[in-house]
Amino acid sequence: MIDFTFTEEQEMFRKAAREFAETTVKPKISEMEETGKFSDELVKALGEAEMMALTIPEEYGGLGLGYTVRMIAVEEISKVSVAVGMMLQVCALGIEPILKFGTEEQKKKYLPAMAKGERIGSTAVTEATGGSDPSGIRTTYRKEGNEYILNGRKCFITNSHIGDTITVLAKDDENPKAFSTFVVEGGTEGFKPTREEHKLGMRGCNTGELAFENCRVPAENLIGEEGKGMRVALSAIGDVGRGGMVGCALGVQAACLEASVKFANERILYGKPISNLQTIQNKLADMKIDLDAGQLLGYRASSMQDSGMRSSNEFAVAKYFTTEAAQRAAKMAVDIHGGYGCMEEYAVSRYLRDSFVLGPSAGTSDIMKVIIARWVLS
Amino acid sequence: MFKIVVCVKAVPDPKEAHKIKIDPATKTLTRTDVPLVLNLLDKNAMELALQLKEQLDAHITVLSMGPPAAGNIVKECLALGGNQGFLLSDRAFGGADAYATAYTLAKGIEKIGAFDLIVCGMASSDGSTEWVGPEMAAFLKIPVVTRVNEIVETGKEWWKVKASLENGYRLMQVKLPAVFTVTRELNTPKSLSFSGIIKARKKEITEWNIHQLGVSEKTVGQKGSPTIVSDLATVDGKRTVELISGTREEKADQLVQKLAEAGVI
Repeated sequence: MIDFTFTEEQEMFRKAAREFAETTVKPKISEMEETGKFSDELVKALGEAEMMALTIPEEYGGLGLGYTVRMIAVEEISKVSVAVGMMLQVCALGIEPILKFGTEEQKKKYLPAMAKGERIGSTAVTEATGGSDPSGIRTTYRKEGNEYILNGRKCFITNSHIGDTITVLAKDDENPKAFSTFVVEGGTEGFKPTREEHKLGMRGCNTGELAFENCRVPAENLIGEEGKGMRVALSAIGDVGRGGMVGCALGVQAACLEASVKFANERILYGKPISNLQTIQNKLADMKIDLDAGQLLGYRASSMQDSGMRSSNEFAVAKYFTTEAAQRAAKMAVDIHGGYGCMEEYAVSRYLRDSFVLGPSAGTSDIMKVIIARWVLS
Repeated sequence: MFKIVVCVKAVPDPKEAHKIKIDPATKTLTRTDVPLVLNLLDKNAMELALQLKEQLDAHITVLSMGPPAAGNIVKECLALGGNQGFLLSDRAFGGADAYATAYTLAKGIEKIGAFDLIVCGMASSDGSTEWVGPEMAAFLKIPVVTRVNEIVETGKEWWKVKASLENGYRLMQVKLPAVFTVTRELNTPKSLSFSGIIKARKKEITEWNIHQLGVSEKTVGQKGSPTIVSDLATVDGKRTVELISGTREEKADQLVQKLAEAGVI
């Protein structure tokens, strides 16, 4: 029989992440909602709690716990604040290209500091002209001596203003079919974060634009081979990015269900808790079915990834399902709460706003279907 | 080396307390659907041990009595920083009251060997008797300070501690080895860490059954428990609404009367 249970140790990792989320993340939510800014204190706390070290091997200062534990951690944190879960998941997007394609020198230079949270990672692919179609990007590079010169703008980049170790995809200014990926460090001449976005949801999770104006990047910051950067960027987004989004979505789903069960048991109508009403039970059952199905899909993909198997198609299925399910769950949670669901005092109104940010991140639902269709037709 | 024994208990998760039912025939709690968690006040005991470990380079032994599932709680304490763990687990230990629990734990501590300090939470969230600590001290024939909320001074043999009372505190001087039962005001327990959980992989938990512990069946579990539970009842937390009518003065009088009848004023 297939074993669908988590190990005792994985359960303990879940507990550790839950405790951190409850004690350290929760008190910061209202501040992040009000200001729209990520808390510096929280960045430090995430580093100290080793949340960024999960996928980094021990020899580079990480914990080497793999992708299932990472999904567990992102899920538990997102259950409390998906804005923080998102920030954390995107840190891994900065880590993964270095881990998978970086030179030994790059790994030694960046990974130990990223594991401690002293360096904050991100990845920058999306532009106004290309996100779902990354080949449509217009940011260019050209080699000059021992440096690469980058020019262009990136948009909708998570951790844009708090990240300082960013994997950037650019295209050869003489060969539009050649793409390369570079690590751009904060403070590099010609590089600056510009506009900060104000999103519908995930307030506090920093998203913005990056500008590269004759930005000079040392040649040793090229990740992987020159001209083969698309593979570097997409492999990070395909497995780690989508895996992270699944963790974020599962957290929102679980939070919606928990809040709805609590409210339905406490809210009295017709002399009884509304949880006695079949119409409410129907919604709760739908939310539970979606949550269980999402967990099975998500953790199937992460365990395949941990076994070294190709898992990007499975992640596409899980990403589509869980992010759509999170939106359904948030809508039902708000419905169950009635008028209270429209009040900011109730977390479900935040869940609804947050759930709509899940879809476009790391590939829209439509793009996931393109990938899945390509998979079944191949 | 300074040796600390931390006694911990696996209790039904207080967040899932609504799932606990009373078996009317046996007057016991049916807990099958409720996950076991580390008793909250035992976290404070564990935190004290960890602080002393840092301060005195102490060795921490974690001890628990309970079903095999309580092994997870011991493991959690090892992940928090305990050095070694012991679980006293046998069907014969089941149904123990505070007295039999204290006796069994005391026997476990004697078997483990030398110790300087025993700490535990002042009460468990399920039984809440506050008796296990003092009774354990009585069995071990050592002093006990209950409700410790501050360690004032750590001497070579004599320690000064503050212990809370309902309307103040006691400043106590106590000669070690001793038992301290601790309050939640003593400290703020640290959370589990990922690297702590990894380190716990190499830490051993020894499990002892009744034969390995070398005690008689008559002295442990339900058979060794002098407590008889005459009745157990669930508190009905149902809210009701009652509208009071009349003039303002009449309403006030009725309200005062009703609150007095309810024992609120």
